[in-house]
Amino acid sequence: MKKIVIVDDEPNIVMTLEYTFKKHNFEVYIARDGSEALEILERVVPDVIMLDIMMPKVDGYQTLKAIKDNNQLKDTKVVFLTAKNKASDIEKGLKLGADKYLTKPFSIKKIVSEINELIAS
Amino acid sequence: MSNYVLFIIIIIYLAALFFIAFIAEKNSKSKWVNNTIVYTLSLAVYCTAWTYYGSIGIAANSGINFLPIYLGPVIAAPLWIVVLRKIIRISKQHKISSIADFISLRYGNHRFLGALVTIVCLMAIVPYISLQLKAVSETFQILSDDTSYVSTSVYDDSTFYIALLLAVFATFFGTQTTDASEKHKGIVMSVAFESIIKLTFFLFVGIYVTYILFDGTEDIYSKMSQSENFKSLITIDGFEGGFNWLYTIMLSFMAIFLLPRQFQVSVVENVREKHLKGAIWMFPLYLLLFNVFVIFIAWAGNLTIGNADQAEYYALLLPLQNGNTFLSVLVFLGGFSAVISMVVVATLALSTMVSNNLVIPYGFLDYFVKSHPERNAKYIKNIRRISIFSIIIIAYAFYVNFSFELSLYSIGLMAFVIIAQLAPSFFIGLFWNRGSSKATIIGIIAGLVVVFYTLILPFSIQALTGSEELVQNGLNHVKVLRPHALFGIDFLSPPAHAFFWSLLVNVFCYVTFSVLIKGNYRERNYAEMYVDSRNYSDLQDGALVWKGEAYVAEIKKVLIKFLGEARTERALNLFFRKYDLPLDTQMADARLINFSEKLLTGSIGSASAKILISSVVKEDEVSLVEVLKILEESKETIARNKLLRDKSNELTKLTNQLKEANEELLKKDKQKDEFLDTVAHELKTPITGIRATTELLMDDDDDMPPEIKGQFLKNMLQDSDRLSRLIHNILDFEKLSKGRTQLNIQRHNIRHTIQKTVDSLYHIADKKQVKLIHSNLSDVYAEYDEDRIVQVLTNLMSNAIKFCNAKKGKIVVDYKYDKGFLEVTVKDNGKGIPNQDMPYIFDKFYQSKNQNIQKPEGSGLGLAICKQIVENHNGKIWAKNSQKSGVTFGFKLPFK
Repeated sequence: MKKIVIVDDEPNIVMTLEYTFKKHNFEVYIARDGSEALEILERVVPDVIMLDIMMPKVDGYQTLKAIKDNNQLKDTKVVFLTAKNKASDIEKGLKLGADKYLTKPFSIKKIVSEINELIAS
Repeated sequence: MSNYVLFIIIIIYLAALFFIAFIAEKNSKSKWVNNTIVYTLSLAVYCTAWTYYGSIGIAANSGINFLPIYLGPVIAAPLWIVVLRKIIRISKQHKISSIADFISLRYGNHRFLGALVTIVCLMAIVPYISLQLKAVSETFQILSDDTSYVSTSVYDDSTFYIALLLAVFATFFGTQTTDASEKHKGIVMSVAFESIIKLTFFLFVGIYVTYILFDGTEDIYSKMSQSENFKSLITIDGFEGGFNWLYTIMLSFMAIFLLPRQFQVSVVENVREKHLKGAIWMFPLYLLLFNVFVIFIAWAGNLTIGNADQAEYYALLLPLQNGNTFLSVLVFLGGFSAVISMVVVATLALSTMVSNNLVIPYGFLDYFVKSHPERNAKYIKNIRRISIFSIIIIAYAFYVNFSFELSLYSIGLMAFVIIAQLAPSFFIGLFWNRGSSKATIIGIIAGLVVVFYTLILPFSIQALTGSEELVQNGLNHVKVLRPHALFGIDFLSPPAHAFFWSLLVNVFCYVTFSVLIKGNYRERNYAEMYVDSRNYSDLQDGALVWKGEAYVAEIKKVLIKFLGEARTERALNLFFRKYDLPLDTQMADARLINFSEKLLTGSIGSASAKILISSVVKEDEVSLVEVLKILEESKETIARNKLLRDKSNELTKLTNQLKEANEELLKKDKQKDEFLDTVAHELKTPITGIRATTELLMDDDDDMPPEIKGQFLKNMLQDSDRLSRLIHNILDFEKLSKGRTQLNIQRHNIRHTIQKTVDSLYHIADKKQVKLIHSNLSDVYAEYDEDRIVQVLTNLMSNAIKFCNAKKGKIVVDYKYDKGFLEVTVKDNGKGIPNQDMPYIFDKFYQSKNQNIQKPEGSGLGLAICKQIVENHNGKIWAKNSQKSGVTFGFKLPFK
């Protein structure tokens, strides 16, 4: 079973994503901020991590850096899912090593297909 | 005493003077040579044999009329600080070496004017010198016991040899350098020494006569008061005599500035300006001491000798007749000192004038230009040497031929009256820039004509023929033209009368023609320089307006002719360095022209310097208007510079303010960007939730569990509420901060307002089991918008409830009256606010990074809105952590 970690501080959004990916046979892990995510990643090596950027404590960028530093996670795909949609933000995110940059508000179908595509590649 | 002994004494004394002068030249930098006292004593060259012997003659025959001659300088002394200092500054800047140079430079290096001034000085001073020689000769005869001795020829007249010795002295120490504006330390020092000698010995004889021959001043006075004409000797002779006094004082006032020897010692030989400060009180003191005993020696002479013809030599005769030959010799040496200093300084000054303003500009320039530098220097020195000898010899000849009948006093005054003709061009020229050269020449000549007719002519006729015809009846028997009583003014003494009319005519001509005839641009240029020389910078090289073409090399050639290669090179290097010009500068500018003229002025006089320099440059005529414009501009530039500096400071300040404002704007702009970003983000969050949930519900294949479906619907509702709350808050905040919201200010009781809020929040607090305490019962009225204050209170209290621990939480609301303000506080016992967040909590969308809780429901605008509301009430809001735990929010509202 494919594993996905969803990192976001907005419970209502997390709920929709959790529901969707569970329905698509993903093992879903939820973190409310970067530090929780890193805790989870110590014991789980997921196929995909879905990261929000603006979160309390440890934000998305910092989390991504920590992931990139972790050799165990070298095969894990990282996807930003954020409301920040300026060209400069996107550039920054991809430069840091994110595999995809998706913006909010999003279409559930599109998210699912993007993630599947990413895992397949 | 034999002639030979006396002559040996004279030789020894002169040798001593040579020695002093020599030592002073050797140590010319020493402070013993350069100090206020030496300067003051050198000014005392004013006191000649006239003072030493002549005053006593006047005092004996006509009472206190000798005094005005000293009152003029005493009155002038305090003015030195202003007038003489200005003259010294100008002279130093332009290397002026005589009064002729000074006046001719003022009127645009006018060659003829310089010559005319020289002639005026010669006319006045040569007879004056001859009178000094006469005094030496007569005192020599009195002192020598060979009473039958009468000189039969020039060769066995001791006075002739003495005159020659004086000429040698003046030549030796006066022509050491070609530059006449250089200091003559040796001569100055010897003059200072002689000033001490003459004053000391005069005081000796005064004390001797008054206290040894007589029984003190009262004794002389009481004995004298029994004589017939005593009253006339101690009074001024009423109203008319007063005018005599006035004019004589004016005369001597001018003389102290204008006499060539005074100009020499006070201006040319001045080493430091500050020496003037001491001189302005020491010099009058010197004159006072000199005059203390004059009247008593005169009266004592009248009482014991009684021979009015010999009154001038009472000081010598009194000790001699009482057998005190030693004192007589001292008196003789004192008088001799007075003579030497006058003769040496006057001849030196005159010789400079004669060479620089008469001989060189009118004959030798072409020769100099062709000749070799070393030979030029020698020629210039020789011209001066010959001048010195010539002047002394002419003076001697004058004495031999004319002066037996003349008194010291009358010739002295005549010299003063002639010299006074320079006064209008000198004094008015210093302070009035319109005075022109032509007017000066007309004025001086007209004045001289008057002096000649009213003073010299009748005097000469009287002396030579003994005829009183002209004086009695006037020219062609026209009464109004009587020389001593022109137009019926018959109450003045001849010198005062001549002074009055000549100066009247002179000033009238000077002023009238100055107004009528404009000077050329160069004249006006120097006029402005003289008149406006408030400080040195006004006199710098840049002060000359000059336009034209000139090559440095050409000018250099001329300079070398007179200064020699080494000095020229040095001077030019200095000049280029001073103005930061390259050493190989090709074209000369106005500054170099001015600088070169100055360099030459010391050696050959200002008129010649101008002629020489203009011979190698192609000068363009500058119009008077242009000169005035340029001068005006340079004056304005100074004023403008100051203005510019002020403006520049102001601009710098403004620039800084602008920079700050710009930074502030950039900050505001960035804040606005951030605000919009944040707003967008905050709006997107609920929309994302709503959109995703809606999509899930729409695509529902009926396999969604009903409880999840319910939760999704609930979430949607929540997000919608959040969205509308957010929009409402944003709009509200914008309105408040732009001041677009009108406050509905009314008088309210704060207790009621707080109670209202507490009531509305009671349920929320109760749900979390947090205590909300409002126990203050006092009624405090203030004016505010109640709805808005309820909004603030709601926000503060609901924040407190949110951040308090459930069950343990306790919130206290209180208020008090404090110094014109109503102060309301909301205190909780939560975990407080991290100190690093404290400064930002009232900023919009600021949420503590360290909030370890679920995202608060707030919009991030609550406290910002509170702040805005309180500030719109002219109040203040703050937050403060309590010492133990929790935070207190408070706000103050002013009573209206």
